[in-house]
Amino acid sequence: MSQTQMQTSSRAAATAAAPTLEVRDLQTHFFTRAGVVKAVDGVSFTVGRGKVLGLVGESGSGKTVTGFSILGLVDAPGRIVGGEILFHGQNLARLKEEEMRQLRGNRIAMIFQDPMMTLNPVLRVDTQMIETVLAHTKVSKEEARQRARDTLGMVGIPSPDERLKSYPHQFSGGMRQRVAIAIALLHRPELIVADEPTTALDVTIQAQILAEVQKLCAETGTAMIWVTHDLSVVAGLADDIAVMYAGRVVERGAVSEVLDQPLHPYTHGLIGSVPSRNKRGEKLRQIPGMTPSLLSLPPGCAFRTRCPRAQEDCARDPALSELLPGRLARCFHPHVATHGSAVQGSVTQGSPA
Amino acid sequence: MSTTSTVRSAASVAAGEAAAPIIELRNVSKRFSKKLDFAGKIAQKLGAPVKDETVHAVDGVDLVVRKGEVVGLVGESGCGKSTLGRMVAGIMPASGGEIFWHGRPLNSLSGAEARHAKLQTQMIFQDPYASLNPRMRVADIVGEAPLVHGLTRRAEWDAYVDNQMRRAGLDPAFKRRYPHQFSGGQRQRIGIARALAVQPEFIVCDEAVAALDVSIQAQILNLFMELRQELNLTYLFISHDLGVVEHLSDRVVIMYLGRVVEEAPAEEIFARANHPYTQALLAEVPRIEARKKSFAGIKGEIPSPLAPPPGCHFHPRCPHAFDRCRVERPALKEIAPGHKSACHLNDKVA
Ligand SMILES: Nc1ncnc2c1ncn2[C@@H]1O[C@H](COP(=O)(O)OP(=O)(O)OP(=O)(O)O)[C@@H](O)[C@H]1O
Ligand SMILES: Nc1ncnc2c1ncn2[C@@H]1O[C@H](COP(=O)(O)OP(=O)(O)OP(=O)(O)O)[C@@H](O)[C@H]1O
Ligand code: SF4
Ligand code: SF4
Ligand SMILES: [Mg+2]
Ligand SMILES: [Mg+2]
Repeated sequence: MSQTQMQTSSRAAATAAAPTLEVRDLQTHFFTRAGVVKAVDGVSFTVGRGKVLGLVGESGSGKTVTGFSILGLVDAPGRIVGGEILFHGQNLARLKEEEMRQLRGNRIAMIFQDPMMTLNPVLRVDTQMIETVLAHTKVSKEEARQRARDTLGMVGIPSPDERLKSYPHQFSGGMRQRVAIAIALLHRPELIVADEPTTALDVTIQAQILAEVQKLCAETGTAMIWVTHDLSVVAGLADDIAVMYAGRVVERGAVSEVLDQPLHPYTHGLIGSVPSRNKRGEKLRQIPGMTPSLLSLPPGCAFRTRCPRAQEDCARDPALSELLPGRLARCFHPHVATHGSAVQGSVTQGSPA
Repeated sequence: MSTTSTVRSAASVAAGEAAAPIIELRNVSKRFSKKLDFAGKIAQKLGAPVKDETVHAVDGVDLVVRKGEVVGLVGESGCGKSTLGRMVAGIMPASGGEIFWHGRPLNSLSGAEARHAKLQTQMIFQDPYASLNPRMRVADIVGEAPLVHGLTRRAEWDAYVDNQMRRAGLDPAFKRRYPHQFSGGQRQRIGIARALAVQPEFIVCDEAVAALDVSIQAQILNLFMELRQELNLTYLFISHDLGVVEHLSDRVVIMYLGRVVEEAPAEEIFARANHPYTQALLAEVPRIEARKKSFAGIKGEIPSPLAPPPGCHFHPRCPHAFDRCRVERPALKEIAPGHKSACHLNDKVA
């Protein structure tokens, strides 16, 4: 990446219109009997109109809880304990449940990691979709049915007419997932949080859905948060990427820059584990050690016990800092760019949470 | 265990010495039918053209999995992979054809043998949440079966469970939690720990690592490969992730709408895919090197499993389809040693 390109991208970012969503220092904790689980502990990112943010990271690092927080779906013993979720400038964390219900499924939608969270097992798929349409728009039942049918066609469900009359358990895993995606798309929302939406789909159907998603973002300006473990999908779909580890964003930036030149050692390790980056049949590279328990994180950098670059000063807590223009990472000893451009910013110590 | 030795020896007599099949499917089918509901029946009585609907989820599949092999099973969403996996794991009966376990028909096994076969064949389910009892603690989900089947004793049980959890990358400190308190990938690892805890010889992995980040995925795949080397474990590995399938499998089977359309050693499939569906699949594999690409929608019509197109099921989407494809089902034929494909084009060339 050349210096000029970097300047252009940061200038573009500066002049962009107000983002659809801005999350600032979000903290969502679970107060369990065993102690406080800091599932999300200082997450910040923005998603602009028509943009896709790829949210990746360690399993259990808080991606789903972040999504639930945005949609106001965190249940006891969990609670948002800090930070702001600004949707067109309005703080969702402060909304009353009734106001949130008006937004949910209409202007903001979520595609759940588990499609059965969207689908009611005892209702036929047509009943569920028609009810969703009627809940937020005044149209006739026939128009609602037509809309449901069209949307199922978009996600590649064949002969939607007959299929609509089935119950969820009569669908394969991937078909259930596509119905859940279709339900999220019904109202062409301004923001979609998609949690692992295409992992259950084969690559041709995945491509079909990604094509529809791209069309939706371009035509209606829908902003997307795309949670996934598939870095190849992020590479092809997203504009920006945020990498999470142990409840925090540890790296953020434009997709091409982060994937080509990860700064944070965790991101580096993650990319190294992708099977296509390993020799067939040989042991895959894995990050040594185990995810620390969120109940008892060691002080300092949470990645410290597993990090090949760790030094003594990592016992302090690194803040998310801009190390290169538009490139943020939470690390005292980041991988330095190989093309000569040295890390410019300096990392400050984060405020203890 | 006495049943083990008798069953094993019977199998080796039946199937010879080297790499005997653990499981063999001959012309196996599975049909699901949806009976008409009350309104439908009335409509039918009044002369409306409605009838019971039947989905041919699996349609005449032959498949052999040999001891110590990793067979990758790939195919379109809804083409019958999980259904096939469930039949192989003995948790769903076939509606047609025969399934052999160590050379003996599955439905001819005595009660004790059938239970043993079931224990030896474990399935890791695609949908981790739905397959875990929400009212059971993780320790019991993982540790109940090993205790019942005498793989561990009460006194060693805690250590046994901790070990199984740790191996699947789960912190044993969480053993008293319930499934809903875990993230998606953690739940998937509970399912993996549960399957491995009974020390099976054959595992059907249905999208078993799909919910894991690539580093934990690497850890689990490395574990699978180690177990294979140490214990000669056998895997049927169902996955949409072709990178994973390529990395792990010895042989790859491709399905489309209930049928096997291609089968070959892994290297062969990825180097010389023969069937047009396999080729379409490989062309769409997302690459980490790609940037902001435009994804292509599916060309042609996606056929319904309720009314599969006649002839070759793939013909409405196949760029090479010709007249014969619309009427005649192509047979799965050997086109090179160990490489089979079901496409009429292969007759044209020959
Ligand atoms: N109800 C709960 N009680 C206690 N802890 C919880 C609860 N729900 C989630 N957690 C914990 O919060 C952390 C974050 O969970 P989350 O589901 O957000 O992870 P994730 O990043 O989505 O992971 P995955 O990729 O595996 O889906 C996990 O460590 C999980 O164990
Ligand atoms: N219990 C059931 N009742 C009726 N139809 C079913 C049932 N289970 C599966 N089917 C149908 O059988 C077909 C094959 O389903 P299956 O779950 O085996 O597909 P799959 O290949 O595993 O797909 P995916 O990749 O989406 O998981 C689908 O058309 C599905 O709708
Ligand atoms: S701060 Fe230190 S321990 Fe943490 S990721 Fe950077 S180098 Fe590793
Ligand atoms: S048999 Fe015909 S339609 Fe089917 S894959 Fe071959 S060329 Fe295409
Ligand atoms: Mg999740
Ligand atoms: Mg399946």
